[in-house]
Amino acid sequence: MKLQEYRSKEILARYGIPVQAGLVATDADSAREAARRIGGRVAVKAQVLVGGRGKAGGIKLAASADEAAELATQILGLTIKGVPVRTLLIESAVEITTEMYLGLILDRAARAITIIASAEGGIDIEATARTRPDAVLRLPLHPLLGLQRFNVRRVSFFLGIPEPLRAPFASVLDGLYRAFVAVDADLAEINPLVVTAAGNLLALDAKIVVDDSALTRHPDVEAMRDLNEEDPAEIAARDAGINFIKLDGSIGCMVNGAGLAMATMDLVKLAGGEPANFLDIGGGAKADRVAAAFQIILADPKVRAILVNIFGGITRGDEVAHGIVEARARLERDVPMVVRIEGTNADEAAAILREARLITADSLDEAAALAVAAAGGAT
Amino acid sequence: MSVLVNADTRLLVQGITGREGDFHSRAMLEFGTRLVAGVTPGKGGQTTIDGRVPVFNTVFDAVRQTGANTSCIFVPAAGAPDAILEAADAGISLIVCITEGIPALDMLRVRPVLDAAGVRLIGPNCPGATSPGQAKVGIIPGHIHRPGPVGLVSRSGTLTYEVVQALTDAGLGQSTCVGIGGDPIVGTSFTDVIELLNRDPATEAIVMIGEIGGDEEERAAAFCAASVRKPMAAFVAGRTAPPGRRMGHAGAIISGGAGTAESKRAALEAAGIRLADSPSQIPALLRAGGLA
Repeated sequence: MKLQEYRSKEILARYGIPVQAGLVATDADSAREAARRIGGRVAVKAQVLVGGRGKAGGIKLAASADEAAELATQILGLTIKGVPVRTLLIESAVEITTEMYLGLILDRAARAITIIASAEGGIDIEATARTRPDAVLRLPLHPLLGLQRFNVRRVSFFLGIPEPLRAPFASVLDGLYRAFVAVDADLAEINPLVVTAAGNLLALDAKIVVDDSALTRHPDVEAMRDLNEEDPAEIAARDAGINFIKLDGSIGCMVNGAGLAMATMDLVKLAGGEPANFLDIGGGAKADRVAAAFQIILADPKVRAILVNIFGGITRGDEVAHGIVEARARLERDVPMVVRIEGTNADEAAAILREARLITADSLDEAAALAVAAAGGAT
Repeated sequence: MSVLVNADTRLLVQGITGREGDFHSRAMLEFGTRLVAGVTPGKGGQTTIDGRVPVFNTVFDAVRQTGANTSCIFVPAAGAPDAILEAADAGISLIVCITEGIPALDMLRVRPVLDAAGVRLIGPNCPGATSPGQAKVGIIPGHIHRPGPVGLVSRSGTLTYEVVQALTDAGLGQSTCVGIGGDPIVGTSFTDVIELLNRDPATEAIVMIGEIGGDEEERAAAFCAASVRKPMAAFVAGRTAPPGRRMGHAGAIISGGAGTAESKRAALEAAGIRLADSPSQIPALLRAGGLA
């Protein structure tokens, strides 16, 4: 789960990382009031979870509270990469002399939390990493010992942190590491980490991504989820324990297992159709989750056929078959359904499906072809 | 022959009295696996699976009294890392963790402990390993297998079953099938399993089932190009998946372009591995590569 900038900074501040005094606003009036309370020049920053908001006009400087209100109206009217701006962060503006990049990531290849650092921060960091890899430090930390003082010295000297700032820098990196571990992050990055004209370190922008598997033990972080930026169908799916991503095609897919769900989408495409979604009903799925999955798929008006592909291991085919038959009887909108159930209790499942007169298929290739035909042929 | 699980496997199930533990323990017994013990804290001294399997309070007790050498874990995510460490501490040499949803940082701390103790972990969030005719440890449906010459390694769960079914339907049996799990931190990699299958005399051909994300497939491709001469076929799921949700700049810097279906397919193809567009094409590709 990605956290907005103001949420990320709220967490970093708890671990002693210096951030600007900031207030959240959702309209012109609250932006004006925030700017007045902060005083002086302020930055008005769109809070969206997509990159490139600066280039899209989502970050502006205001000299007065009235100008902040004006800019707030402008920015709240923006849609950045498909995401309408609903929240703003108002912060005091700051003169900066140096921009650096400092991030921690769960590095699956190194099986470690890895520090990424560069003396050249800002939006071009990825290009820098490609063209001049020596300009970016990647430092995997020991999985049991974590951040050690020699690690901090290595990063500090790599970045060329001047002597008076070495102790404050050590405290920033230490805070970032403790925050990362405390919230079970996949990623925690400060970009840019700046030196201000007054000679202090400051986290000017920050991003934290939290491990979805760990959210149950961090209800305070879960409460920071920004539902405004999520597709309503994806929210409903998550509440039902379903992994769902909406796509653009006409063939709804309901599959158990992420790999098989992706393979099913690939075969729909190979058969000449377009998948309407990725949907993994998870392991051990029962009737209620199957019913929820149908509701979610059929909420998309573009869906003209549904392909159900279940290969039972933990999931028992007969339970899914019962779920399909029951759920279908209660659906408000009906589309052709191709159902293929294999694996654990597949014979019992087949009997239930035959009884209910659903279109069945023996193989995945056949199921995909039948679904494409049922949706009106190749697109 | 086979790899990882075989007729010498003496299996212990952690979480045997839970719903999934009970269901799949029965299936493992029915497959012919030597299931010698179960562990559920507080139920030590009882028996389960219709009186066929003794239950112990700790893995330590179970190993001492039954000589179990392999453990299959069905414990929920909150307790699974501890269950893995308990098994390693008690002297289990192969741990198969089925549990999904374990936080990555927990596995980050568990993994070096296992490495230091010389314990192999498969998973977590995996379907386990099966050597047809010998033993199955995990949840891969038993009836889809036939004994034979094809070794299989996969990062998926149910997609593994799909491919096993396709092999069996085409008259190609399997030596060992291993699902390594899809989590960011797993115990055993594609390369680890391919290395074992490559050395196994009973394995004449190898199938690899990858999916988008990470760079495990690319690494395995490099190993195969250098070391594997047995016929190989691969399927990579996710060609039509939407581009992964970007993980900040650090994610892009770390991955450096690896991770897409096309990058994986290109790496595998360059290693001389035949690529399938559908799982059903895999048997023909293996035969085209020389498998009788």
